[in-house]
Amino acid sequence: MNPFSSGTRLRDMIRAIRACKTAAEERAVVRKECAAIRASINENDHDYRHRNLAKLMFIHMLGYPTHFGQMECLKLIASVGFPEKRIGYLGLMLLLDERQEVLMLVTNSLKQDLNHTNQYIVGLALCALGNICSAEMARDLAPEVERLLQFRDPNIRKKAALCSIRIIKKVPELAENFINPAATLLKEKHHGVLITGVQLCTDLCKVSEEALEYFRKKCTEGLVKTLKDVVNSPYAPEYDIAGIADPFLHIRLLKLLRVLGQGDADASECMNDILAQVATKTESNKNAGNAILYECVETIMSIEDSGGLRVLAINILGRFLSNRDNNIRYVALNMLMKAITVDAQAVQRHRATILECVKDSDASIRKRALELVYVLVNESNVKPLTKELIDYLEVSDEEFKGDLTAKICSIVTKFSPEKIWYIDQMLKVLSEAGNFVKDEVWHALIVVISNASVLHGYTVRALYRAFQLSAEQESLVRVAIWCIGEYGDMLVNNVGMLDIEDPITVTESDAVDVIEVAIKHHTSDLTTKSMGLIALLKLSSRFPSCSERIKDIVVQYKGSLVLELQQRSIELNSIIAKHQNIRSTLVERMPVLDEATFIGKKAGSMQSTVSSPVGASINLPNGVAKPSAAPLVDLLDLGSDEVPAPSSSGGDLLHDLLGVDLAPASKQSGVNHSPNNNGTDVLLDLLSIGSPTQSSSSLPDMLSSSQGNKTPVSPLGLASPSSNSIQATSSAGAAPVIDLLDGFAASTPKHENNGTAYPSVVAFESSNLRMVFNFSKQPGNPQTTVIEATFMNLSPNVYTDFIFQAAVPKFLQLHLEPASGNTLPTSDNGSITQTLRVTNSQHGKKSLVMRIRIAYKMNNKDVLEEGQINKFPPGL
Amino acid sequence: MGIRFILMVNKQGQTRLAQYYEYLTLEERRALEPEIVRKCLARAEQQCSFVEHRNYKIVYRRYASLFFLVGVDNDENELAILEFIHLLVETMDRHFGNVCELDIMFHLEKAHFMLEEMVMNGCIVETNKSSILAPIQLMDKMN
Repeated sequence: MNPFSSGTRLRDMIRAIRACKTAAEERAVVRKECAAIRASINENDHDYRHRNLAKLMFIHMLGYPTHFGQMECLKLIASVGFPEKRIGYLGLMLLLDERQEVLMLVTNSLKQDLNHTNQYIVGLALCALGNICSAEMARDLAPEVERLLQFRDPNIRKKAALCSIRIIKKVPELAENFINPAATLLKEKHHGVLITGVQLCTDLCKVSEEALEYFRKKCTEGLVKTLKDVVNSPYAPEYDIAGIADPFLHIRLLKLLRVLGQGDADASECMNDILAQVATKTESNKNAGNAILYECVETIMSIEDSGGLRVLAINILGRFLSNRDNNIRYVALNMLMKAITVDAQAVQRHRATILECVKDSDASIRKRALELVYVLVNESNVKPLTKELIDYLEVSDEEFKGDLTAKICSIVTKFSPEKIWYIDQMLKVLSEAGNFVKDEVWHALIVVISNASVLHGYTVRALYRAFQLSAEQESLVRVAIWCIGEYGDMLVNNVGMLDIEDPITVTESDAVDVIEVAIKHHTSDLTTKSMGLIALLKLSSRFPSCSERIKDIVVQYKGSLVLELQQRSIELNSIIAKHQNIRSTLVERMPVLDEATFIGKKAGSMQSTVSSPVGASINLPNGVAKPSAAPLVDLLDLGSDEVPAPSSSGGDLLHDLLGVDLAPASKQSGVNHSPNNNGTDVLLDLLSIGSPTQSSSSLPDMLSSSQGNKTPVSPLGLASPSSNSIQATSSAGAAPVIDLLDGFAASTPKHENNGTAYPSVVAFESSNLRMVFNFSKQPGNPQTTVIEATFMNLSPNVYTDFIFQAAVPKFLQLHLEPASGNTLPTSDNGSITQTLRVTNSQHGKKSLVMRIRIAYKMNNKDVLEEGQINKFPPGL
Repeated sequence: MGIRFILMVNKQGQTRLAQYYEYLTLEERRALEPEIVRKCLARAEQQCSFVEHRNYKIVYRRYASLFFLVGVDNDENELAILEFIHLLVETMDRHFGNVCELDIMFHLEKAHFMLEEMVMNGCIVETNKSSILAPIQLMDKMN
């Protein structure tokens, strides 16, 4: 009795499930059914076994667990009748997989069935084995399958062939046993056997080099002949599709020929003619024909070079590309991607069409085309291609903009011929799709802008204009704010006009308007707002006329619920209100950002800087120093005693503020490599605020260095001073900042050099330069040495842009104070002096050591001198 | 292995037949199926029949209320798979006479038997409709 024709209960179940209106109802029905099936299984009810399994397959298809039925499958397979076995094997394939141990139990039944006298049962067993066999089963049953490859009925041979594929994939070392039988299959006439035999050979080639060589030598000619026969075969209704005899066989044959021809000139030569015939004679007005052409093109592209054939192939792709059928265009794009490695020139010819495809309404085609365009771009075509892509950006779907923007940015960065073009394109992208632009991208843009000093004016004006039109694009707004903050004066005065620009009239208050709008815009996030506040601070110094207004804006955030903004507002307000005398120095323009450092940082070298508080302070683009990992660690360490009290975080930042430690100057201020993780930033601020004692306790340290021994042992990187680079603000506690500033404004820190006397040392001398160190100690602080460095020019030339940098090992801490100047006249006319303060945490155990670097310009030529100083007097 | 799975789905997105040729856990299937079905069903008729999803390429075709979705490897000939879907439908048509969703639901095992004769372990076994249907018809006669 067939359970399916008469089993109304199965139909009832399906109806019941179909009638369910909600997922919950369906679950209830399925649960009930499963319970019934379980009960039936427990009663060992033979009559309902098939029906139960059929139901289980349906339930399984719906995505419910059915493992409890697995044993039923095995019982059915072990039964005698064909219908039972049939449903049992089907269940086996659907409900079980090779990873389940139950499968091992079936090996014996399979073996029996593979040797069964009924060929249909043999077929069932082969099919099941081909779909689910595991490596162990493959080893056990391979001899049976091998034997069945020569079975009298072709329907068994074809299944045995596919079963062999599974076996050699599971156990590659069995491959050699199958090489000869597989080669025999290639001579068959039966299409089913032929197509499976070809597939077996293809897979054998993949797992065994030996097989590949064998088929290449022995079978290439035979396969070419077979393909020829198939191509030229008379009408055969059972295999005919759209006038082509068995396109599937065509395709498998072409695939195998591709494997054989790849990397072998002789084999490739052998198949030239038939490939040419397929490429020219195949009907291309039906899908089946196109499928063959598509496969043929791929084979031509992969086998060894034959110029004529390649031209043919590229022409076919050209035809495909201009086809109206989207499927054909899709595969053409797919193929061109592969063809580009073979013949980039030929693909370039289709550039215009490919660009059209980027604008297609079909997402699959767009995606393919965009990827293709991306690999097509080179130095010579980057400008027109970018223009097209950016034009399209304006009208593209929202969901495509992300991909498109990323690709454009990457192209522009990679191939930009000149800076102005790069800046122009990036501004366009930011205006169109700024919200899709990744942080690294606009950070990189700021670095480039910073380096292009002649374009500062141009860029800030362009940004001003762009802002008027696209104020909703956050990353555009950020870049605009940063540039206006830095180069606001150039905006107002039309400084650095390029010929291509139209002059614009922007008043000082217009510039402030931009930033005010940005800060107050409801979509602006914390980063944007913070950047805006810093920009305002900068403008307050650049535009004295707007100072009052800026103060009003800043003050509004004093009550902000966002701690970061509130803190910033208070800090900035006090700078504006109380520290007129130092404000202009505080908000000097950022030094040029080092591109190389930025790229290096971007490459993820963050961990190398973590050990140094200087490098680790992540800076927001406006020079807002942010403590990152290292200070955080310090802060946390605080709780765990031992470590000297004041944190390096608070200290350093305050130092920055005062300009006492000018450490994060040009060299280290890889400004916007910051991951801009607002969450952490805020957290860090919280931490530093929550422990204001650190900041205040480090205060005397900075002002008089009387407590220097308390500063934590912090390894220094290169500390390089540069008088015009002062980090604008700190995120440390507000109150100490004000105090500090007051102290600073009132009296510049003075060092009382009344400690023990040490002899002066000529620390460094070259043919051009001499550096002398004078040492002194402050009373009560034996660890800290104040070194006064005097630089003397030994040449007849004046040195300009003079910079002294120094580095010390981890047990030392170094602070450089500003140099007396950056121009070193000839020796008769003066010298430069600079004060260094070195704190030796291993005082009395280790002596000082220092590596130095001096950079300057002589006759406008860069000179770099380096050296190491070991000859410090003992006892420092 | 070219074909990784074959799905038949009605236009409400309910699976009517699912055959996988690579191992996926029940959870993976349950996550995968709705995603790709949603993606394919949302596409307009004139758009191409190929959708890329994770590391799969899905070739799909609609016949009346039934969608046929075939997940394939990246180097598979998409046009050939499209032709294969058509062959599958023609074969089912020959057996059921204009196959519909209900035929597949109520004769799930037969649909599977046909598929078994056409695809094994992700490879095409047979493309001759008579050969594919012969064992099934034989079985029908036996009953």
